[in-house]
Amino acid sequence: MSFGSAVLAATLVIQSWYRRYRAQLKTRERSALHIFQSIEYADEQSQLQLSNFFTFVLEHYRHIRAKDLRLVNRLYVSSQHERDIMDDDDDGMLSEISDIYGGPQLQFPLTFADVESLIEGYKQHQLLHACYVLEILFETKKALKQMPNFNLVKTSPSKEVTICGKFHSRVAKLIFWSLLNGLPSENNAYIFNGDFVDRGNNSIEILMILLVSFLVYPNDVHLNRGNHEDFLMNMRYGFSKEVMNKYKLYGKKILQVLEEVYAWLPIGTIIDEEILVIHGGISESTDLNFLHCLSRNKMKSVLMPPIQMHRGYGAEFRKSKGETLQGVVSILWSDPRDKRGCHPNTSRGGGYYFGPDVTAKVLSKFQLKLLIRSHECKPEGYEITHNGKVITVFSASNYYAEGSNRGAYIKLSRGTRPRFFQYQVTEVTRSRPLHQRVTTIESSAIRILKERIISRKTDLINAFQLQDRKKSGKLSLGQWAFSMQNVLGLKLAWRSLSSHLVTTDKDGNVDYMSCFSDIHIQKPVKEVQSAVIETLYRYRSDLQIIFDIIDTDHSGLISMEEFHSMWKLFSSHYDVHIDDHQVYELAEKMDLNEDGGIDFNEFFKAFYVVHKFDKLNKSDTNFA
Amino acid sequence: MADNKEREHSEIEVAEFHKKIKEAFEVFDHELNNTVDVREIGTIVRSLGCCPSEGELHHLIAEVEEEEPTGYIRFEKFLPVMTNVLLERRYRPIPEDILLRAFEVLDPLKRGFLSKEELIKYMTEEGEPFSQEEMEEMLSAAIDPESNTIHYKDYVTMMVIDENETL
Repeated sequence: MSFGSAVLAATLVIQSWYRRYRAQLKTRERSALHIFQSIEYADEQSQLQLSNFFTFVLEHYRHIRAKDLRLVNRLYVSSQHERDIMDDDDDGMLSEISDIYGGPQLQFPLTFADVESLIEGYKQHQLLHACYVLEILFETKKALKQMPNFNLVKTSPSKEVTICGKFHSRVAKLIFWSLLNGLPSENNAYIFNGDFVDRGNNSIEILMILLVSFLVYPNDVHLNRGNHEDFLMNMRYGFSKEVMNKYKLYGKKILQVLEEVYAWLPIGTIIDEEILVIHGGISESTDLNFLHCLSRNKMKSVLMPPIQMHRGYGAEFRKSKGETLQGVVSILWSDPRDKRGCHPNTSRGGGYYFGPDVTAKVLSKFQLKLLIRSHECKPEGYEITHNGKVITVFSASNYYAEGSNRGAYIKLSRGTRPRFFQYQVTEVTRSRPLHQRVTTIESSAIRILKERIISRKTDLINAFQLQDRKKSGKLSLGQWAFSMQNVLGLKLAWRSLSSHLVTTDKDGNVDYMSCFSDIHIQKPVKEVQSAVIETLYRYRSDLQIIFDIIDTDHSGLISMEEFHSMWKLFSSHYDVHIDDHQVYELAEKMDLNEDGGIDFNEFFKAFYVVHKFDKLNKSDTNFA
Repeated sequence: MADNKEREHSEIEVAEFHKKIKEAFEVFDHELNNTVDVREIGTIVRSLGCCPSEGELHHLIAEVEEEEPTGYIRFEKFLPVMTNVLLERRYRPIPEDILLRAFEVLDPLKRGFLSKEELIKYMTEEGEPFSQEEMEEMLSAAIDPESNTIHYKDYVTMMVIDENETL
C-alpha cells in the first residue's frame, strides 16, 4: 500500500469514528432539548387550564365568602376608573426622582442620547428609576393607542428591516446583539416579534430598551404582541416577580400600567403588503379583515375567559368577544406543522397546529407571500417550512440552557431574498467541547424532569406496582418506560434516559423506586404528610399565581385565613382532597415566627429540592 | 430444540432492536408523525452504534428513501433496513487500536502528535472531508491549546466511548 492510499484509509477511519462519536452526543443533546420543550409546553397547558380555574371562580363567586371577591375584582373589574386616575397624575411623576438617584438620567421627549445612556446604565447594572419606567410606559401607551392593529412597514433595497423574535434573555445578550446589528434608528428599522419579557432576570431592562427605542423612532421600531405579553403568563414565568423585586414601592403600579401597554401592542406587522409577521401563527379561520377591526385593547389577557362583570351585556356580546379572543389566541399561540389541516395545539393547550395547506390558503386569500413568526425555539435559530412560505425566527440563543441553541434574526427588503444571521452568545470565551456542552444541557434537563417525577410520585408508584405482579420491586425497561410516559404524559426517549433516572440490574431490570432516590425533601417539612408536599409540587406554579392574585398588595404575606381559603378554592377546583387539619398543620408549621402570617417565598423554599448528580459529574471529569 | 431456542433468541433480539431503533428515530421525529428529515438519518444510524462511512450511509439512505425523494424518511421504510444492519452487525464501531493505528499512519515520524494544521489538512482535504462545524468541534476537544497539537494517544484514550452505553 502506498503512503497516499494509507493516509486515505487512515483518514477515513478517523472521520467515520468521529462522526459516530459526534452523532451520539448530538442525539443526547436533542433528547435533552426535547425534555425542556415537552415540559415547557406542558406548563403552558396548565397555564391555560388555570384560566379555566378563574372561570370557575367567577361562576362560583357568589358562593365564596365575601373577602374572596377581591380575587374576582382583581381579575375582572380592576376598573378603567382606577387607570384613568393614574393617567392624570403622571405629570408630577418625574419630580419625585430625588437627587441621590444614581442611575441613568433620561430627558423627555426622548432622543437617541437617552437610548445610549439607558444602555450605558444597564451595562453597569444600574436600576432605572421607577418614575422613569412609569413615564416610559405612559408615553408608550399614548403612542400605541394611535396605532392600528397591524403595523404597516414599507421597505426598499436601501431601507431594510430586521426581524427578531423572542428574547427571554439576559440584558447582556441584547446589548451584545445590538452591537452586532446596530441599535435601531431611521436607517436601521426593526420588528420585534413578541415575547419581550419573562425568563431570565433582566426582562424589565430589555423591555425598557425596546420601548425607549420605540419612542425615539416610532416609525422604525415595530413591536408585535407575543403570548408572554400577558399578565397571567408573567405571573407564571417570572416577570411579575422580577418587577416586584426591583421596584418595591412602584412595582404594583408598573405592572398595572403594563397590562394596558400589552393590550395596546399591535397584533402583528405587515411588510410591503406581502409579508405577515406575527408571533405564533394562523388557523384556517384567521381573518385579517376581522383582526384589522377588533378593539385589541379589550384583551388584557388572551388567556382570560370572555366574561363581563357589568350588567347590561347580553349573551351576544359575550359570543363575539369569544370569537375575538380565539382569533387573537391563534395568532399568538399557534405553531406550523407539516401535517395538513388545522388541529388544536395539544402540546401547548392553546392555539392551533396549521399545515402547509392552511398557510397557502390564508396567504393567498389575503394576497400575502410569506409568514414570519417566532414562538418556537429552533436549534439553528431559524427554520423554513411549508414550501418556503413560513419562516420561524428565534432570537434567544441558549434559550433552555447554555449552549442549547443558536439565535437568529432576519434582514429583508422588497425584492430581495431574506437574509439570515445566526449567533450564539456565550459567557465562555472559547467554545466548549461538544461533550461538555451536552453534559451541561443534559444535567439541567434531567433536573427539571426529576421535579416532574416527584410531583407525581404516588401515581407513579401505583402504576409501577400495578405492573409488578410479583412484588419484586423491579420492572422491565419497557414496563417502566410505559408507566413513565403514561403517568407524566411526556413522550420522551425513556429507555435512553433510564441510565440517568434509575438503577438497573445486570439483567436490565429497573429498580423502580430508585427514580425517587436522589431527590430529598429538606427539613423542616419532612414530617408533613407527603400527599400535601406532592400536591404542592404538582401545582406549585398554579398556587403561586393564585396566591399572588389574592395577595393584592403584593406584600408577600398571607394570613392563615387567606391561606386556608385559597387552598379550599384550589382543592375544590382540582378535586384534590386534603382535609382541613392537614392544611392547618402545614400552615402552622410554616409560620415559624408565629406571627400568624406566611411568607410565601419562605413557604416554597421549605420545599427546596436537592439533587445529586454524582454519576453525571464523574463522567464529566474525564474531560476537565 | 437448539434450533427453537436460537429462533427464540433471535426473536427477542429483533424485538430489542426494534425498540432501540424506534426510540432513536423518535428523538428526531419532531412532529410525531413517524418521519424524520433525511439529513438526520446519519445521526440516527450512528447513534445506534454504527460506524458507516459517508459513502455507506449514502447507500443506506438510498435504500430507505421513497421512490420520489421527499426529503423525509418514513419509519416503516427505515425499520426493516436498520434492523438488518444491526442483525448483520454491519458498520461495526472502530476499536481503539485501529483508531490509534490510523493516527500513527498520519504521523510517519512517530512524534506522538500531529500539529493542528496537519490535523485540519487531513480531515478537511482527504477522505470524506469534515464540514467546518465538524472540524471546529473536533478541534475544541482535541487540541492542547498550549502546544497547538493533538497528542493522539491521550486523545483516543479519552474519547473512546464505552460500548455498553449504546448497545
